[in-house]
Amino acid sequence: MCASRCLPWSKRRGVPEVDLLPRLGAFARLLHDAGLEAGPRRLTDATRALGFIDLKQHADFRNALRAVFVSRKEDIPTFEAAFDIFWAPPDPRATAGVIPGRNRSLPLSPERAKAWVNALGLNSSQMNREHDPKEFPASSSGYSAEELLRHKDFEEMTWAETEQVRRLLEQAPWRVAERKTRRLRPSRSGRIDLRRSARHAIRSSGELMNLFRRKPRVRRRPLVLICDVSGSMERYSRLLMIFAHAIGRREDLEAFVFSTRLTRITRLLRQRDLDRALDSVSKTVHDFSGGTRIGEAIGDFNRRWARRVLGHGAVVIIVSDGWDRGDPAQLTAELIHLRRSAHRLIWLNPLLGSEGYEPLTRGMAAALPLCDDFLAAHNVDALEDLGRLLASLDSRTSR
Amino acid sequence: MSPVSAPTTIEDVERRLRERRYIGDRALATSIFLALQLKKPLFIEGEAGVGKTEAAKVMADVLGARLIRLQCYEGIDLAHAVYEWNYPRQLLHIRLMGEGQDRRVAEREIFSSEFLLRRPLLDAIDNDDATPPVLLIDEIDRSDEEFEAFLLELLSEFQVSIPEIGTIKARQVPFVVITSNRTREVHDALKRRCLYHWIDYPDLDKEVEIVRARAPEAADGLAREVAALVQGLRGMDLYKVPGVAETLDWARSLAALGATQIDATLVNATMGAALKYQEDLERVREQVPALVEKARRA
Repeated sequence: MCASRCLPWSKRRGVPEVDLLPRLGAFARLLHDAGLEAGPRRLTDATRALGFIDLKQHADFRNALRAVFVSRKEDIPTFEAAFDIFWAPPDPRATAGVIPGRNRSLPLSPERAKAWVNALGLNSSQMNREHDPKEFPASSSGYSAEELLRHKDFEEMTWAETEQVRRLLEQAPWRVAERKTRRLRPSRSGRIDLRRSARHAIRSSGELMNLFRRKPRVRRRPLVLICDVSGSMERYSRLLMIFAHAIGRREDLEAFVFSTRLTRITRLLRQRDLDRALDSVSKTVHDFSGGTRIGEAIGDFNRRWARRVLGHGAVVIIVSDGWDRGDPAQLTAELIHLRRSAHRLIWLNPLLGSEGYEPLTRGMAAALPLCDDFLAAHNVDALEDLGRLLASLDSRTSR
Repeated sequence: MSPVSAPTTIEDVERRLRERRYIGDRALATSIFLALQLKKPLFIEGEAGVGKTEAAKVMADVLGARLIRLQCYEGIDLAHAVYEWNYPRQLLHIRLMGEGQDRRVAEREIFSSEFLLRRPLLDAIDNDDATPPVLLIDEIDRSDEEFEAFLLELLSEFQVSIPEIGTIKARQVPFVVITSNRTREVHDALKRRCLYHWIDYPDLDKEVEIVRARAPEAADGLAREVAALVQGLRGMDLYKVPGVAETLDWARSLAALGATQIDATLVNATMGAALKYQEDLERVREQVPALVEKARRA
């Protein structure tokens, strides 16, 4: 390499423009507010990274910051939106670097605007969206055409009630059945552990005096909860969310809710504080108490999530009353697929608790033959029955 | 291997990838370039078959470095990833030494590097290569949390402790590429140590370019039609959406059959190259004529 060609390069390698650093710090804070990890370490990396690229190349600048600040696919739209807002060229309509507020249009595409709203936990109406007038489709049939984008108010449940239910659920014997892993641990029986046996043999001049053994370690199975929060399930939604939060704290739980569409709430439930967890769920899930399309929701789960969350012999629990406005044939097809990738498929139906109930709804009739277990879920007692079932799960029941 | 200079600009990375028939985008080239400059691991995620592993392989070639690959799987442990003693040989050796040997001398002898089975991670750390090797930790999402925790430690210290020998520290840090298919979420702590890049499915033009570069046996018209066909499939509601690897397989299969363009019969006969679920095959079969029609117009 010739020295003259390297010289301008190494000059660029120092700290970027002086006034860029505080701007970068502000950008990191913006990302942090939107839920991305943007601590000092990342900021340092970003500063260093910018020393290696040509800042005039807008795309490279964006790519470099993305490589540093993003670490999962879901965060990419948020990052792009934040980048657009923060580093936008001066525009009379939008002041760059200001968090979106009321009455200010943003230089964003509708998808990015949506990602941004979700990331900041803002209400959609808090953003002025000139690009997207059809976000609330006109209500025509009264049913799902209007995807009721209303926020369900969790605050209705009193604090005392919440605490009571939570305490009951936390005391419940939640122990999910175990499965063998491929990791081995020392044991009296099982396969011969050559490593330990040989190590001891060396002490006795190569004579194999003792054979040590090991066998597979066991682990609890992951749980996947898919909850119906549509209108007909309204009375149970709150209880179910508290239930999900209670088990999520102790078990390897993946949680999803659906009415017209499927939303993953696993991360939201990880918050230690129940009220805050429920609050973020209600902010993120926009179709609480909307209509139900179970088949579509399960299909969505099969395509987008099954491969990611159904490894390691997971137990899948669907909670729904089976009031489905979708196509029963679709529900059947999707359940067949789901059953094949799950270790066990359990359907909880709150209506099963009421007297004289028979699973005659179209959805339930379609689903029943495909589930391993069909249980009630209308009160804490019923959920404890579920707990006992989970603890005793071993192999699949014959179907 | 003659020493190859490290890339000095993003354009340089782009050009070298292209020379090796890897068609990536500018963002990937930027991530690779920065990972090299900042000496940080590169974490590549994407759906199956978009060329994550291939990127690491090509990188090794670009750098003129040795590729050390660790394929992860459930239950992978230190004995498979770092090192293991060669016990049968040790036992044999100790038997041959016979009685009366000082045990401490004997132990020192059998716990020497001669009896050490070096696995990929130790190999990558304890290297004397002219150019630092490329360490590919493939499909990390298949391993478990214990192994992830170990990797986290390894990637921050770049050293390995072997009780009988001592600590081995990397004299030169390898270029680490970690890939994941996202079958599960990898812990944030590990990702935080890395630069991140998400590889998406390519658009039509890029995919045609990839087919031409990697499956040159397919005629130009065929390459475009197959790429368009797969693009059409990706828009459908399928359990397993075909990746670029499937596009290449499909193009090669068709070329092997002597096809220079697609038709419904050929597509029906070879669809298995791209679709791996019975339900998906059935769903697509109904629409083959329409898909073919659309692909040929693309």
